[in-house]
Amino acid sequence: MTLQEVVAAIVLATGVFFLFVAAIGFVRLPDVFSRLHVTGVIDTLGAPLVLLGTAIYLGPQLAAARLVLGLVFIAITSPLLGHLLARAALEAGYQPGRIEDMTPVTERFGARAPSEPAEGER
Amino acid sequence: MSLVFETLTLVVLLLTVPFLFRVIVGPSIFDRVVALNGVGTLIPLLLVLIGLDYGRVDMFIDLALALWLLNLFTTLLIARYVRDKESIP
Repeated sequence: MTLQEVVAAIVLATGVFFLFVAAIGFVRLPDVFSRLHVTGVIDTLGAPLVLLGTAIYLGPQLAAARLVLGLVFIAITSPLLGHLLARAALEAGYQPGRIEDMTPVTERFGARAPSEPAEGER
Repeated sequence: MSLVFETLTLVVLLLTVPFLFRVIVGPSIFDRVVALNGVGTLIPLLLVLIGLDYGRVDMFIDLALALWLLNLFTTLLIARYVRDKESIP
């Protein structure tokens, strides 16, 4: 194995590790919006690292340029889709989860705890 | 090196299982849409890794780009449709 292949394998394994983190979070997190946030982990770290590792393994070819094209495509469309889905969920009437259901944050922040949002607020 | 690629392909294939779990189980329709978006991002990556296995990335990356475009427009249209149909207080 040359140095190029070792670097490519390390980058690929790191990308797949982030995909694994996103899969765990997707099952564990409680909310539509937090699940959208986890989908961002796939798009910002998982998929670009896998594509970058493949491009490193290939070296200077035309296919590597197309891999970089796919990377740019994901970087453009991921914020678009996240914004669109979150906005669609909000407009359909879903509310984000309240933080007071999970942990006593007031103990950490003292008296100036983040105030809870009003009932009808979006 | 081929063993590394095969292992990573198998891992990514198994990683689609939690997303498909969300597609089936997910409490609301938006959970299913988001999970479908995640699967649609993972499957082209799986195609790229399969291309590394076969040594023909130059063919498989084109299929992956096409699938990413399909995923973009599918999610966009489903999100617009579901936003207008779904009304949950």
